[in-house]
Amino acid sequence: MNTRADISRGAGPGFSIGTVSALTGLVALGVLIIAGNAADPMMAAHAWTFFFLTVLGLLITGLWAGSLNGRNPFDPAIYEDTIVKFGVAASMFWGIAGFLVGVIIALQLTFPNIFYFPDLGWTNFGRLRPLHTSAVIFAFGGNVLIATSFYVVQRTCRTRLAGGMWPWFVFWGYNLFIVVAGTGYLLGVTQSKEYAEPEWYADLWLTIVWVAYLLVFLGTLWKRKEPHIYVANWFYLSFIVTIAMLHIVNNLAIPVSLTGSKSYQLFAGVQDALTQWWYGHNAVGFFLTTGFLAIMYYFIPKQVNRPVYSYRLSIVHFWSLIFIYIWAGPHHLHYTALPQWAQTLGMVFSVMLWMPSWGGMINGVMTLSGAWDKLRTDPIVRMMIVALAFYGMSTFEGPLMSVRAVNALSHYTEWGIAHVHSGSMGWVGFISFGALYCVTPWLWKRKALYSKALVEWHFWLATLGILFYIVAMYVAGITEGLMWRAYNEFGFLEYAFIETVKAKHIMYMIRVAGGLLYLTGALLMAYNLVRTALGHGEAGEATAADAPKTATPALQPAE
Amino acid sequence: MAIMDKHQKLERHSLLLTVGILVVVAIGGLVEIAPLFYLENTIEKVQGMRPYTPLELKGRNIYIREGCYTCHSQMVRPLRDEVERYGHYSLAAESMYDHPFQWGSKRTGPDLARVGGKYSDEWHLDHLKDPKSVVPDSIMPPYAFLAKKKLKYDDIEDHLKTLRLAGVPYTDDMIANAKADLVAQASPNADFDAEDALVARYTEASGREGTVKISDFDHNPKAVTEMDALIAYLQMTGTLVDFSTYEANDLSNRR
Repeated sequence: MNTRADISRGAGPGFSIGTVSALTGLVALGVLIIAGNAADPMMAAHAWTFFFLTVLGLLITGLWAGSLNGRNPFDPAIYEDTIVKFGVAASMFWGIAGFLVGVIIALQLTFPNIFYFPDLGWTNFGRLRPLHTSAVIFAFGGNVLIATSFYVVQRTCRTRLAGGMWPWFVFWGYNLFIVVAGTGYLLGVTQSKEYAEPEWYADLWLTIVWVAYLLVFLGTLWKRKEPHIYVANWFYLSFIVTIAMLHIVNNLAIPVSLTGSKSYQLFAGVQDALTQWWYGHNAVGFFLTTGFLAIMYYFIPKQVNRPVYSYRLSIVHFWSLIFIYIWAGPHHLHYTALPQWAQTLGMVFSVMLWMPSWGGMINGVMTLSGAWDKLRTDPIVRMMIVALAFYGMSTFEGPLMSVRAVNALSHYTEWGIAHVHSGSMGWVGFISFGALYCVTPWLWKRKALYSKALVEWHFWLATLGILFYIVAMYVAGITEGLMWRAYNEFGFLEYAFIETVKAKHIMYMIRVAGGLLYLTGALLMAYNLVRTALGHGEAGEATAADAPKTATPALQPAE
Repeated sequence: MAIMDKHQKLERHSLLLTVGILVVVAIGGLVEIAPLFYLENTIEKVQGMRPYTPLELKGRNIYIREGCYTCHSQMVRPLRDEVERYGHYSLAAESMYDHPFQWGSKRTGPDLARVGGKYSDEWHLDHLKDPKSVVPDSIMPPYAFLAKKKLKYDDIEDHLKTLRLAGVPYTDDMIANAKADLVAQASPNADFDAEDALVARYTEASGREGTVKISDFDHNPKAVTEMDALIAYLQMTGTLVDFSTYEANDLSNRR
């Protein structure tokens, strides 16, 4: 262990700054050539965006490196916390942006007459929906995952992040990907694969960033001062490794031109469909589940000051979860032209998935053993436990919906929308909010949050918002599903399609209300976190108890 | 437990853990996806499938660009109500040239797998420009701007070549004449030789008469617009396969 750490230290701080700058410079040069020869205006816009942002990055790096005066910016005795602070800010920013776009597109479906712009293609639902899904999953969720993984891996390995400048490359590179992806949707750049819409060049860039992320994470594990790798890190590692595999295979495409934005997928039809949903379902499984379970495994024990409930359960549910999840993709393709043997496999594994999912939920909730009073007294703990309740609900509902007979009714309807939002708003959202509420006072060395009352408000507004949202969509989904298959007494279909659209109008209005409540809660949170960072209110004077500056954590969170 | 003690090894070696994770998560995908590429009965034997004409392909790319798939599926399931509402259930063969597939996952609007030929070009034109003009309760956004945008097709040959690289059987002839074919399909009564050549090329590929529709889809003879392309694509969806010769119960078609 020590020899490895020595090697990485021996390279010196200038080395990582140099390698990051060299790679960024190469990319800047490459995109400049593309920008000059762009085959279409979208590619030109993106190449120039890439160029200006990479040059800006180089400029800032140069100015910063010049002002160091021989100080080692990557002092191995100190945790790298500045990057986590940036990650917290980025998470809040993208979270609010993503929720806001969600409210806007919900309004579009509810009041199409108001949002009616015949000549502005970029305002249409078809272009904004990928913006919403990518903003909440990848921009909000991704930044939460990168920030918390950097925080957690340092604490549980008792060492500074590896790679010097490289973690910063990961953070800014990832956010550059988000900007390119998001603007691309508005411009009409998409390969139409759900949750994998960005085109080939953005995918290539993300691959580079992701490999750097994996190496930074592994590098930190290599120089750890703890013999064991803590359970949260298994989950982070499985998230990083599996997302790399899924991303690369699902985005295999041939660009029409190296200077154009359009590409064609390598696979076609049925093979492309299963590859897509193998990816799509496991974006849920490994981005939105294992990544956020890692957050659970660090932040819940830490916040309630108890060890993880069961070490054995964490081993069993970890391996069974990641093994079984991968098989579940075909349940998105029930009754389609996908061969039935594949559909059946997908269904069987989806039902089996219920158990490891609940294993994780039980392990998280039972960690409160002996500290149940915290549910009453600590709204942050309550938020994270309710997150697990939503996780439990969604992971019971998922296997249910994967049964072919149920799927025949639920598929293509708003039921699916209800399901993903109970998982995303309830589980992913709440566990993220909990982690951000925990980590902000720790990072800025504050005694407490600016206002606990505001956390209570956030909790209740958001919970109410989710309930409005999902109940409305359950009703809408089951209504339209039943209407589509309804027959009249003469044996004809009872309803025209448009009647099923009309029937959902009031439910759409309730959904907007739910989304607004959820967004309001997030705004309260952003306000609370900013005031906390500034040291206002209850955040008051500084304290060093919870977040030591040096690499000697006061508390060993688990095992 | 002994097996739990063995786990200590993984917890102490990050590379072993990484490799372990990779092996465990690779299995499901390999078992489910890989066979689809070599099992012969994955895609049914049908008559009539052909590659998209250049204009249809351009229209399909607009369908993708505008995110139509976020609200419209293209996959009719073999359920009584769907077959009655939309037509014959979709076959895997019908999307064998689709890079990428457009099966969709949500029906905020109706399924479009078989919308081809169901409505007139005029209906599509009115509907895309202002959906409420033909369906008053529609919540679909308007696409009037498509009729004003000239279709950009100077690189259409490259698109066909790229697709051929991915396995779509475009012939040299189709690639060489892609521009002429594209213009001909949207310009009836302009150049009869070009129209005949287009129809001959794609009819030969299909093996079936009547799969190529030539029309001034957007009623604007002065220009080939994005509206032309999109309607040309919509009008051909689900019309290629000859279901009179399709044997649903043939062993090779049972999956």
